[in-house]
Amino acid sequence: MAEVKMFGAWGSPFSKRVEMGLKLKGVEYEYIEEDLNNKSSLLLNYNPVHKKVPVLVHNGKPIAESLIILEYIDEAWEGPDILPKDPYERANARFWAKFIDEKCMPPMWKACWSIGEERAKAKEEASEALKFLENEINGQKFFGGDTIGLVDIAANFIGYWFRIAEEIVGLELMTQDKYPNLCKWAEEYCKCSFVKENLPPKDKLADIFKGIIQAQSAPK
Amino acid sequence: MADELVLLDVHVSMFGMRVRIALAEKGIKYEYREENLANKSTLLLETNPVHKKIPVLIHNGKPICESLIIVQYIDEVWKDKSPLLPSDPYQRAQARFWADFVDKKVFDAGRKIWRTKGEELEAAKKELIDALELLEGELGDKPYFNGDTFGFLDLAFITFYSWFHTYETCGNFSIEKHCPKLIKWAKRCMERESVSKSLADPITVYEFVLMLKKKYGH
Repeated sequence: MAEVKMFGAWGSPFSKRVEMGLKLKGVEYEYIEEDLNNKSSLLLNYNPVHKKVPVLVHNGKPIAESLIILEYIDEAWEGPDILPKDPYERANARFWAKFIDEKCMPPMWKACWSIGEERAKAKEEASEALKFLENEINGQKFFGGDTIGLVDIAANFIGYWFRIAEEIVGLELMTQDKYPNLCKWAEEYCKCSFVKENLPPKDKLADIFKGIIQAQSAPK
Repeated sequence: MADELVLLDVHVSMFGMRVRIALAEKGIKYEYREENLANKSTLLLETNPVHKKIPVLIHNGKPICESLIIVQYIDEVWKDKSPLLPSDPYQRAQARFWADFVDKKVFDAGRKIWRTKGEELEAAKKELIDALELLEGELGDKPYFNGDTFGFLDLAFITFYSWFHTYETCGNFSIEKHCPKLIKWAKRCMERESVSKSLADPITVYEFVLMLKKKYGH
């Protein structure tokens, strides 16, 4: 019998991506919660290169990096497609998933937790990046078309985590008037019952984010 | 209808070289167009508006960007000839993982070596050597990263071999001293025509970097 284990962290969007992929395929797995401030020797053994979550372990063999894990899940198990079948559309999906990781998430995250000029610069960078996504989602329910695909799973941070953080820090970046398509996508995305099951509780995340602000403004 | 392929590229780019190797491995004919990055063509800006970078492969008018994404596209479209990715999903995941590692760790460290001095340079050297040693560990005693045959990860990493001379000269160190097995592997890859014809000459790469250093005052 196949043995599937997953090392994750409840608040990590990368970790939740993998859980979404596994649930989409109906794969049964054992979930192991990692304390990121005190990583288990098991995790460090399975991911010695990056020492991060998520890590999927299938029959004792580890796979790391969320997007790579998602492609593995798509190839190893039957079920709804995570990536499209057409090579050109696959290339497109990989492109946008990578774009989200490299060009959207870093400045969006930075914009939340920085101040002054640093925040303005990060906000500008994030705005530009989101414009591309705004155009890409135009006229579609999901990035994957009628159903959720790789890019939608990759964009979980944008659809959920970021919206919570943005509100708490008063950022006003992904606004309705500037990004109507993205905001509509986010609404549909979070309404989706399947997605709802794979999101951390809003109040718990909000507490974490408020904690970051407090730590920043604490006297040094 | 015959396939129409155009590759927008820069001769010394280790990312562009990957696409050249993949096309050569599959025996695919294409039109090569050299870009001047200081004066990007309209075609490049139109086909890659997001990143404005090379390589871009245009297949029957449709652009594909990002070197590893392009290589996987080529492997999937021309799937009946010389497969690049292994067929086993776990091995595919490993190949993708290490190719991603090369992009993140080798490229970044290498870039810092020719752009910095003093302490920053020494730190970059250590970073690069650490990354190369990890890769050498992954290679082990196999003839290729892919096993007995040349494959995706070999292709993804061998292009950096053309930049080793530049890293070594700018950083004043020898990669062979730290990673002799990697150099043996690289020379083995260079015996393949697809590789030797696709890689830029290391001296050409170094001269290009010297030009950049002068231009940007590194």
